[in-house]
Amino acid sequence: MSEYVLELRHIAKSFFGIPALKDVTWGLKKGELLSLIGENGAGKSTMMNIVGGILPADSGELYINGELYRPTQPSDAKKAGIAFIHQELNLFTNLSINDNVFIDSFPRIGVLPLIKKTEMSRRVKKALEAVDLHVSPDTIVEKLSPGERQLVEIAKALSSDPQILIFDEPTTSLTNKETEKLFGIIDKLREEGKSIIYISHILADVERLSDQIIVLRDGCITDEDKKENYTIDRMIQSMIGREISQLYPTKTNKPSKETALSVKGLSQSGIVHNINMDIHKGEVVGMFGLMGSGRSELARIIYGLDPYEAGEIIINGEKVEKHNPQKAIEHKIAFVTENRREEGLLMEFSILDNLSLVSVPSSAKGKLKIVNDECVKNKAEDIVNKLKVKCPPIENNPAKSMSGGNQQKVVIGKWLLTDPEVFIVDEPTRGIDVGAKYEVYNIINQLATDKKAVWVISSELEELMGICDKILVMGNGEIHGELAREEFDKENILKAAFNQTVEDKTEKGGR
Amino acid sequence: MIGNKSIKMVILRNIPIILFIAIFLIFGIFSPKFISVDSFKNILVSSSYVGIIAIGIMFVLLTGGIDLSIGSVMYLSAAVTGLSVQKLQVPTVLAIIIGLGIATLVGVINAFLIVILDILPFITTLGMMVFVKAVGLLMTKSESVKLPKVITSMGSQSVLGIPMPIIIFAIIILFGVLFLGKTKLGRQIYAVGNDVEEARKAGIHTKKVLFTCYVMSALFAGIGGIISVAQIGIVNAAFGKGEEFNAIAAAVLGGVSLAGGVGKVFPGVVLGAVMIQMIQAGLVFMQTDLYKQPLISAGIIFLAVFLDSIRSKYIAKAEKRNIRNENKGLQ
Repeated sequence: MSEYVLELRHIAKSFFGIPALKDVTWGLKKGELLSLIGENGAGKSTMMNIVGGILPADSGELYINGELYRPTQPSDAKKAGIAFIHQELNLFTNLSINDNVFIDSFPRIGVLPLIKKTEMSRRVKKALEAVDLHVSPDTIVEKLSPGERQLVEIAKALSSDPQILIFDEPTTSLTNKETEKLFGIIDKLREEGKSIIYISHILADVERLSDQIIVLRDGCITDEDKKENYTIDRMIQSMIGREISQLYPTKTNKPSKETALSVKGLSQSGIVHNINMDIHKGEVVGMFGLMGSGRSELARIIYGLDPYEAGEIIINGEKVEKHNPQKAIEHKIAFVTENRREEGLLMEFSILDNLSLVSVPSSAKGKLKIVNDECVKNKAEDIVNKLKVKCPPIENNPAKSMSGGNQQKVVIGKWLLTDPEVFIVDEPTRGIDVGAKYEVYNIINQLATDKKAVWVISSELEELMGICDKILVMGNGEIHGELAREEFDKENILKAAFNQTVEDKTEKGGR
Repeated sequence: MIGNKSIKMVILRNIPIILFIAIFLIFGIFSPKFISVDSFKNILVSSSYVGIIAIGIMFVLLTGGIDLSIGSVMYLSAAVTGLSVQKLQVPTVLAIIIGLGIATLVGVINAFLIVILDILPFITTLGMMVFVKAVGLLMTKSESVKLPKVITSMGSQSVLGIPMPIIIFAIIILFGVLFLGKTKLGRQIYAVGNDVEEARKAGIHTKKVLFTCYVMSALFAGIGGIISVAQIGIVNAAFGKGEEFNAIAAAVLGGVSLAGGVGKVFPGVVLGAVMIQMIQAGLVFMQTDLYKQPLISAGIIFLAVFLDSIRSKYIAKAEKRNIRNENKGLQ
């Protein structure tokens, strides 16, 4: 009997001659939590796809409990006792939890072709209890919050009683509270003797959870050790192969007195209440708030996507009437949305098409407004160079062919082409690695230095403290506090974000 | 205020039923004879075929696809059944089986083109609509085909006082409810309609699911065609024309989403089908000009579908906000 539940020996894989994994060997012990970290494109996903039977390896062997394991399709992994919990939720939102859990293996009533609902509900109830989610198995998934959906995803994985669970970035769509709950469940599973592989960009989480950590870079293992021997600095160093002297670029912007965007008494019932804020030219304003605090909704209103009942939006001294996104673009507002996969990019379209999407009208010349392709392409290539986007030729390759960090740069680049004055950036670094994050911060800093107004919305407090001149704290659809750079204090900001009942106090305390 | 809102939601959720009652009452005011058990029975009988083809096309709509060939399939299967008896002296039961077999064959061809050759459903079934009709006309030489007494008398027969078409309709409804709600394949249809790619990843044989849906749609069109002809007694060249519109409208009125993944046989599609037939019967009752009838019924159907789309948008919006409020309470 092998000491490993899952073992990879000399696994290699290349795509079109470009190696993605080079001779990788490691093992997962029973009851162990092993974290895999590395920059986007380091080979983590490729490796997991090989384990999951989605991709075949070019060479090398896989072993489960010492026996050779050769998966050719996803169901082989399931049979071998491996369950995946994916980053993007794979649930059918129109179906009930019951249906989702059993979609490929409904229990039947004897020999009849009918589904045995009682058994289904019984088993699902048990799995839901294990993840501490107290809803009826008949609940339609659409009605659940992202956090609850993640729990359903885990319950689904547990229902097949796997011995190995693979979590791929499970916390990206969760609130802090839900993340804590998830970690509690992971701890419990480990105590029960399940072996777990955990993939994440959030190094603090990795430190909190792991027994063993493996660092991947360019398809090779660059570091492997017990958790106790790691520091976050060592993880970063192994991931990017050089020492990072600082996580945030030195600020070079100087906020002016001139207001670029001003919001006065903005309200929309059920969404936001009495919002007052000013963003000056050359200023980076951060907005911190938990998920569901109304921060993204506020950005949508200011960009003209959603209506507002009361208040004013003033851009460059001009009051905006009958707001809509076309007007926002005319007024030189750019909105880099929270969810780049669903809202920010057309994944199947070429990188060029994505870059030129918003700016095409300005490249249209003459009375007939005919688009000058050459001009569009030149502008797009300038941006790609300026932002150091690592990508294949932009004309023929779809957006999905790039890594997450580069996708984010393209989303920002698409707006840069319109030469905006006000940048709204919602969660700019979610799901991208340390190196790419630094580059995004650099771009934001550069924008502000060029006298643009930048409004960064984020749930990562540290990054806001690192790059902003001012932080607004949002909760329950209201702004609970405003702190200048000198006053930045983690505890104060968190307090303001959580304390919703004692609004008056936090408001005073914050200022 | 909350009370107000929930009353609003109750109204919005039940718009199909409210619309149904409203249409019934309006016709009743214009012609009191309309509101009677007999007229209602007649509406049910004549809506049975629309209901059957609507349940059939619903399978395809649930996957996010479309089947425009069902009107032509109705014509072909009824014509083939009639011709088999008339020209080949085949026993009636066998003739019906041949007719339904032809309908199924069309479904298999549709499915093959769409699922295996990966041609868009819209263009495939649009082409089949023309092709199937042409084959039918070639066989009948555009002449009317009479159906044997056994079939036409079935249209007026009843068991325990319930007309035969209603019984067949009820069986099909039961089948639809059980199949979509209680079988593995049925639930998987909804999953495929939600996201084909995810369904494939989840280990569902998406091709098998899609294939089944297109075959079902055609088979049900065939059944609907024979039931309809059993009431009329004769298959003329215009038979089945425009029925795809009635079927799709019935499905949409019944709450089936054209984007796929959403919809129920009962009460949804059944109610939609009866509603459409009621509009047409109501216009006859009111002795509207024969040429204006289709105009008005199309207008009403458009209006109803339009109201329904406003409703879904409003509900989606209202529910989104509700979720937010709930979250607020939790934090």
